[in-house]
Amino acid sequence: MKLPLLVAAGGFLGAICRFGLNNFIQARHHKSFPFGTFIINVTGSFLLGLLFACRHLSSEVLFFLGTGFLGAYTTFSTYELEAVELIRRGRTIISLIYLVISVVIGIIFAYIGYSLGNYFY
Amino acid sequence: MNYLYVGMGGILGALARFCLGTAIQRITVTAFPYGTLTVNLLGSFLLGFITYGSLLKWQLPRPYVLAINTGIIGSFTTFSTFSVDTISLLEKAHYTAAWSYVLVSITGGLALAWLGIGLAHRLFINVKIRGDNQ
Repeated sequence: MKLPLLVAAGGFLGAICRFGLNNFIQARHHKSFPFGTFIINVTGSFLLGLLFACRHLSSEVLFFLGTGFLGAYTTFSTYELEAVELIRRGRTIISLIYLVISVVIGIIFAYIGYSLGNYFY
Repeated sequence: MNYLYVGMGGILGALARFCLGTAIQRITVTAFPYGTLTVNLLGSFLLGFITYGSLLKWQLPRPYVLAINTGIIGSFTTFSTFSVDTISLLEKAHYTAAWSYVLVSITGGLALAWLGIGLAHRLFINVKIRGDNQ
């Protein structure tokens, strides 16, 4: 009964952080590349990798930070929609770079986070 | 104030992901992350459809659009779990599964977001969508 509440609280904070950070980043460049979502997804992947390695944490902390906060902080749907919109605007190369770079860097950062977590715990 | 709308949407999105993801993972007794895959593909379709639906037809006020798109659907789907699912498959040496998971997520999400946009155009302005210059 407590877990859904923790997921909800994490989701509330995660969505707000994503919105705030994305506005902050997007206001500071004029490129068509969606740096905001990219940085959010890569940092979120790193942090979830780190969390994934910390096996001693209670399930309450994991559901609040992992499923709730980091799950809501990062986003897959916006990533895909941004890629489609780049293609529709004729920026196919940028779209492909965005698609591939996000996945590759995201997975590498998740792995770095996971390895760091394993090293320290 | 917009932050509050996004946050309220975030609650619903995270809870929906938690419920649907858990339910799917429970009926598919396998290491393959069907739960996250379903959530991400469904969310990509919905975001395309709702973004263009509200643009073309519903003309929703900005706080509603933020709550639904950025809040609910943005939080419903997740990139961090997708990344960690992949390294978890790689770590267990399920290389084919990891590779298929990444490929199906990316291309499926792309196709479904496109389908959502196309459906919104078809329903609301009745033109076929192929690109911006057509």
